[in-house]
Amino acid sequence: MIKHSSTSVITVSHLKKTYGNVIADEDVSFVVNEGEIFGLLGPNGAGKTTTVECITGLRRPDGGTISVLGLDPQVDRDALHPVVGVQLQSSTFPDRLKVCEILDMYQSFYLNPANPEELAQALGLGEKLGSYYKTLSGGQKQRLAVALALIGQPKVAVLDEMTTGLDPQGRLDTWELIEKTRDRGTTVILVSHYMEEAERLCDRVALIDHGRIIALDTPYGLAEKVTGGKQVLFLPSQPFNDGLLTTLPEVKTVEHQGKRVKVVGSGQLVNAVILTLAKNGIEALDIQSEGATLEDAFVKLTGRHIHENKEV
Amino acid sequence: MNSTRIKTPRAAFGKLLLNESRLAWRIPIGLGTGLGLPLLLLVIFGSIPALSQVSSDLGGFSYFALSFPILLDVTVLTLSIMLLPRSLIKYRETGILRRLSVTPVPPSWLLAAQIVINLAIVVVGIILLTAAGVTAFGLEPPKNILEFLLANGLTMASLFAVGLCIAAVVRSDAVAQGIGALLFFALMFFGGIWIPRPLMPAVLLNISNWTPLGSSVDAIQRAMQGLFPSPQSILVLTAYTLVLGYLAVRYFKWE
Repeated sequence: MIKHSSTSVITVSHLKKTYGNVIADEDVSFVVNEGEIFGLLGPNGAGKTTTVECITGLRRPDGGTISVLGLDPQVDRDALHPVVGVQLQSSTFPDRLKVCEILDMYQSFYLNPANPEELAQALGLGEKLGSYYKTLSGGQKQRLAVALALIGQPKVAVLDEMTTGLDPQGRLDTWELIEKTRDRGTTVILVSHYMEEAERLCDRVALIDHGRIIALDTPYGLAEKVTGGKQVLFLPSQPFNDGLLTTLPEVKTVEHQGKRVKVVGSGQLVNAVILTLAKNGIEALDIQSEGATLEDAFVKLTGRHIHENKEV
Repeated sequence: MNSTRIKTPRAAFGKLLLNESRLAWRIPIGLGTGLGLPLLLLVIFGSIPALSQVSSDLGGFSYFALSFPILLDVTVLTLSIMLLPRSLIKYRETGILRRLSVTPVPPSWLLAAQIVINLAIVVVGIILLTAAGVTAFGLEPPKNILEFLLANGLTMASLFAVGLCIAAVVRSDAVAQGIGALLFFALMFFGGIWIPRPLMPAVLLNISNWTPLGSSVDAIQRAMQGLFPSPQSILVLTAYTLVLGYLAVRYFKWE
């Protein structure tokens, strides 16, 4: 986990937002540190988008406080918008403008913009610079929206479902760009319901459900903490005493499933098990190792899968 | 922490304007209907000899001469109450204004760019119509240019205020289209497109004088003869501009 010594860039405390009778955010608190990629994960309707809309000043919270780079998004909008780049879920652009024209217009809004062409290249839009917006595929429109969020070289980038509708290659390109952007010092907060995206990109994730943060940790830490860690399944070359393994700090439980052995634990579990067995002249055959995933964590915490509403 | 106001680069407005002009050119509905329709009407009216006959019933004017101010107003109406609100509502519906509201550029700049572009088309239209009428169809040129400009300027201001008011309160493009069309024909009626103002019964003429188009036609007509627009028409057009302009600013929804 990133230590508290880092400077906090976004502080959300006790955010509450309701639309009529519908509670979007019940009580949301978290801190995003400088230079980290922070993920807000949760199913549709969990309150993720409302949270980032309050952070960017688009919505006024009903309760709680938000500070972004020391600014109040409702009061200091003029100071906030030059340094915060935003990609909204449902923004479109005029059909009959070309990609390069939209990029050129948006770069003129900022004092120190990125090079529009390089940005387009990095996102695989280089060939599309001269194309009308309406001829772009859904994924290309999405990538343009990401480009426009980053074109001002913002201190903070807020990305709401940035890879929805992208093909695998587009997703990889986008992830790479976000990592590079972070390496240049931008703090990123991203909303997602792709666990894979969060595992790959995020330094820390907050799982949000029914308007509350239900867990907050590194993706790995979260998965491990919630699901009891990872497991390794193998076929021993000869029977052995369970005590060999249960004494290891990495090992939690040892269980026999017919001829096979299932070991659950954490840390460098696979290495520890194989080395210990080898030292005792036992070979582990047909090794299958599984790490717990964020998805497992989500299911465990909410009793639901993140994408479907089906009960587990 | 810091209250330093970071200025938005001024070039941004130029870029907005540039892209709005590109759109006006690529989707030439404004150019087509705003300039094309009144020009076509001018050609038709100007080519029928009977309409160019001076008639004492019409107060010593020809029907053609009387219809000319209305043709100018067709241009203004088309762009101000039919097209401008639709563009702005579409920008709101599709999230373009919302997206702008999280950039350093306020969405009002896009609205301003839209007004500038549409006004520019109107000005071109008025010049084209006047030039065509005078050179090809024997229209008497306006006797006093300043009064002609004043009358047209007041017309534009009041009708753009009407259009902005529609854009402010109407949520959907389809509804705006309906309201625009309805207002277009209602205003044209009071402007005298079907019954020229000199032939209107007193009651109708009185109502006409209180509508933006009636006042506008009266003011332009007088300017064509070299007369100063009547105080009533100036008052009516100014009042529409101020009241509706205020309402538009007060009630405009950016989302």
